[in-house]
Amino acid sequence: MATRTKTAAGTRHEALGLTDPDLLQMYRTMVMARLCDEAQFRLNRQGKAPFVVPVSGHEGCQIGTAWPYRKGKDIFVPYYRDMGICLVAGMGPRDVFLAVFGKKDDPSSGGRQMPAHWSSSRLGIITGSSPIATQIPHAAGIAYAMKYRGEDAVVGCWFGDGATSEGDWHEGLNFSGIHRLPVVWYCENNKYAISVPLSKQMAVANVADRASAYGFEGVVVQGNDVLACYEASRHAIDKARSGGGPTLIELKTYRFHPHTSDDDDRTYRPREEVEEAKRNDSIILFGNHLKELGVLDDDGIERLRAEVKAEVDAEVDKSWDAEDPAAESGMLRVFAEPGQTMGLKGLGG
Amino acid sequence: MTEKNVVQTVHDTLWDAMKADDRVLVLGEDVGARGGVFRATAGFLEEFGEPRVIDTPLAESSIVGVAIGMALHGLLPVAEIQFADFIHPAFDQMVSEAARIRYRSDGDFGCPLVVRTPWGGGVHGALYHSQSIESFYGHVPGLKVVVPSTPYDVKGMLLAAIDDPDPVLFLEHKKTYRLIKGGVPDEPYTVPIGKADVKREGTDLTAIAYGLMLHHSLEAAQRLQDDEGISVEVVDVRTIAPLDKETILASVAKTGKAMVVYEDNRTYGAGAEISATIAEEIMFDLDAPVVRIGGPDVPAMGFAGPLEHAFMPDVDKISARMKELAYF
Repeated sequence: MATRTKTAAGTRHEALGLTDPDLLQMYRTMVMARLCDEAQFRLNRQGKAPFVVPVSGHEGCQIGTAWPYRKGKDIFVPYYRDMGICLVAGMGPRDVFLAVFGKKDDPSSGGRQMPAHWSSSRLGIITGSSPIATQIPHAAGIAYAMKYRGEDAVVGCWFGDGATSEGDWHEGLNFSGIHRLPVVWYCENNKYAISVPLSKQMAVANVADRASAYGFEGVVVQGNDVLACYEASRHAIDKARSGGGPTLIELKTYRFHPHTSDDDDRTYRPREEVEEAKRNDSIILFGNHLKELGVLDDDGIERLRAEVKAEVDAEVDKSWDAEDPAAESGMLRVFAEPGQTMGLKGLGG
Repeated sequence: MTEKNVVQTVHDTLWDAMKADDRVLVLGEDVGARGGVFRATAGFLEEFGEPRVIDTPLAESSIVGVAIGMALHGLLPVAEIQFADFIHPAFDQMVSEAARIRYRSDGDFGCPLVVRTPWGGGVHGALYHSQSIESFYGHVPGLKVVVPSTPYDVKGMLLAAIDDPDPVLFLEHKKTYRLIKGGVPDEPYTVPIGKADVKREGTDLTAIAYGLMLHHSLEAAQRLQDDEGISVEVVDVRTIAPLDKETILASVAKTGKAMVVYEDNRTYGAGAEISATIAEEIMFDLDAPVVRIGGPDVPAMGFAGPLEHAFMPDVDKISARMKELAYF
């Protein structure tokens, strides 16, 4: 069990510069992701949500790695499983369920995209698509622009293990290595790309091993140890921010549900494997850690869960009642408004 | 006003844009020390430095993908794909990403990106240095696809493309690079994207063309005027998408006869859309069926002179069909 707590210098989190309230907030965000996930699956089974993408199992690695970013300055480039990343970046359950129901005020796309295609310019979350790994070169390009503009900023880019087989993945990481860009690459390795196991995705043991091919460091981290994820991420972010270039962080994790609400994982994953992973759930492990620290007790955990669940349920109801996009609005915003320009200098206008 | 060829105009316009606005940068294969295989960025590395003149790895998908990232973070990147034939690995970045970023974010993000690439045949480029790609991308809402064919239009449309908030695929016919010359004003100006242009006025029939075929059509029109007294109006499409139907239809309605000339494979080419638009919207103004001249439906033009010649419409073929149409 990952509950090493006391060290000579104090507790593990204090050594990382995290306070007890920080830990509580991290734990709450993990629980929020889990309960949003449970709610969206329930809504799917009730026929109210056509399609949902689960996060359960990935909460520890997502909340841990996203936590050290500076909001309003750094940029998040997530993939579809990254509800936890987006909750850290500033989204809330309302944003999740407006997208689940395809509502007009869904901040990611106004009901245009499937749920879990996160986007918000206000929060620094870059719009994503469904083809895998296309966001990797975007993250490199954003990092290049930050460096070019002399910004004190970092890009975090998350993807699954399947993404690492795509050409865009190689091309993006290679470009980031050549230019020593301020970007951190996170592979949420849950061992399966839908049904295809790692052994059929790559011939090396770790995704992180590939970093050497791009001239930067690769790190393997236990994805269910939220503080280990935080530590590795913060170190890589600090390095990137100070001009040290990219890092590839591989987070060993597991998804508890099928790939999506339309998948059935029983044909490709033994039940024992899934049950074993659930026993090592990051939320359980982190909860135990907080109990050992005396930050929470069993009653506190129950109260926190109840509070979060009440918030999720209320937001589900409000989102369900929210306005649908007007059919004719689907014709709009293909291009910028006529007459809008980038104000290119030298044109005299 | 200075007399220039097409590729010199591309070079000088990019140079001026980079001088004026430090958000503009170029990236692509061999754009740096080599100055581009067609010399479109000759001298840029020395003048603007490595951060703004990026020799990329040989990886087209990320040339476009990285440029998208730059465009999402305040820059105005001009990516070069060395030959249009090599853009296919970037199809996903163009179609799934650049074209949809504004739409899929409901207008929250934009993608002010320019992708320049030389296209077209007539230079012994064979299967992989001669392709026409305009219809692949003209089919995709969210992308603007432009094909300026004169130095004047190249300058005005390149500046308009860099200034445009949306992604623009900027196609430069490589045969015109040094063949076509014209006067270019020294001061900056834009030529609007989405507007066709009547390059020659006439009364008997309308030829609609772009790229090298525009220049062939203009030459054929002059020949018919000289030899037969036939008056051909020539419309330069200039923008494949969004297509300026108004200018095309007005010209055809005036002359009553239409011919579309393009060097892409005939089937599903841009000429098919133009022909369909004419048939759909002004059929009762027509005095003859629409004529389409395009490349044959074989994979591409061959390297050998006779094979290349057999593929590409030329002035003889075009003027012969114009004459037939005039006497229909």
